[in-house]
Amino acid sequence: MKGLQFIGEYLLLMRRVFSRPKKMAYFRKQLIWEINSLGLGSLLIVAVVSVFMGAVLTIQTSLQSESPWIPTWTIGFVVRQSVILEFSPTIISLFLAGKMGSSIASEIGTMKVTEQIDALETMGINSASHLILPKIAACAIVNPILVIISIFLCLFGGWFACVFMSSIPSEQYIEGLLSFFRAYDVYYALVKTFVFAIIIASVSGFCGYRTKGGALEVGRASTQAVVNSSFSLLFFNVILTKIFLG
Amino acid sequence: MIEVSHLYKYFDEREILHDVSLTFEAGKTNLIIGQSGSGKTVLMKCLIGLYTAEEGQILYNGRNFAQLCKTDRNLILQEMGVLFQGGALFDSMTVEENVMFPLTMLTGKSPSERKERADFCLSRVNLEKSNHLYPSQLSGGMKKRVAIARAIALNPKYLFCDEPNSGLDPKTSLIIDKLIYEITQEFGITTIVNTHDMNSVMEIGDTVSFIHNGILWWRGTNTEILNTENKEVHDFIYAAKYTQQLYNRILGNE
Repeated sequence: MKGLQFIGEYLLLMRRVFSRPKKMAYFRKQLIWEINSLGLGSLLIVAVVSVFMGAVLTIQTSLQSESPWIPTWTIGFVVRQSVILEFSPTIISLFLAGKMGSSIASEIGTMKVTEQIDALETMGINSASHLILPKIAACAIVNPILVIISIFLCLFGGWFACVFMSSIPSEQYIEGLLSFFRAYDVYYALVKTFVFAIIIASVSGFCGYRTKGGALEVGRASTQAVVNSSFSLLFFNVILTKIFLG
Repeated sequence: MIEVSHLYKYFDEREILHDVSLTFEAGKTNLIIGQSGSGKTVLMKCLIGLYTAEEGQILYNGRNFAQLCKTDRNLILQEMGVLFQGGALFDSMTVEENVMFPLTMLTGKSPSERKERADFCLSRVNLEKSNHLYPSQLSGGMKKRVAIARAIALNPKYLFCDEPNSGLDPKTSLIIDKLIYEITQEFGITTIVNTHDMNSVMEIGDTVSFIHNGILWWRGTNTEILNTENKEVHDFIYAAKYTQQLYNRILGNE
């Protein structure tokens, strides 16, 4: 029952969020600010996680494929497919749900408990749209870019493992990377990331927006944002995978 | 002028406001006083459109807020300036940007006109040199003054102040009270102040309304309140023994 209420309240808020901004020029300014804050602020963690993830994935795949029946180049192929189809879009989105989600929820939650949202409402401004829409738009733009960067860095991490940790010969790894490439897989990854980005920003914005009380509740809203957006993301991962690849 | 008639407000089954009827006159500082939990903040939130009353009506110069379409409601909201208890300044903006915000969002003024208006409002609250400071760099009194500057930026017809003196020392409280009173007189605004500070009542209370358990219990001026025989009002204003002793001394009873 509580879950249904949560979904109902979320949908009602989204109806308010997706409305035309009062001033387009101001919206653009906010959007650029959010892209800078949410996107550039996440670049370092995405880069670090991706390189290490790619390296570990390559080492583990090569350990599992130590058989004369399996050609060495398949390791590069498996790493590339795993990274494009699942690791970069889903794992990086989960990381971003933690980083961006808690940041969005705590920012909006603090504005709620310090009456800044009431101040917007008493000016006749749609506070939900004013605060949450630029964040959703920023995440929808930035997250796919971050995932593309992550894919490249993961594959680079794998190559790094080949060269410096002698898992497999570098040429064999690159040959695997270039084998049987389907552009559709990248399209699937980007669509998935786009949907995840909207989920992360909107669910976190919702958790922040319904905060009541004080500092303790802001902390709770932040945790709730990460948990709820992560669960929603995993749920939609199954649905999208079934639709696109099932 | 704001007319409130037969206002009822409930939270779930609990009655918060019971048949409240009041008139707030233009050019006057109208004070709402009462104990914590008496319903005065709920009344204020009904007046500024954050809560919708279950029964009764609120008329802003004859316009019934509840019966208006969204566009007309927004027009009334733009005639309001609100000073929230904590100031409610936007943390990510400088003082100047905070004051310019309603001008940017709700008017078609050019950047230079907006800047000029923001400078005027800030000078009116004696904060000429704070344009580029952030709210975190301001004292409590300065925050309240910036909030007043933002509230008057759009030349409001109605000014609402929720506990303007909370968390301030007596001297700064007097400055804020004086500022609210002067602005009310200067621009002919209908000002409504929610407070339980008796100094404010005596300093600026043109009319005083006492709310008790959600009911409008008593209404009069700041001179009448001292001599009222209404038990609840008397207990509220003379809650401190010191105030009672002072009053008795003034009357020569001691």
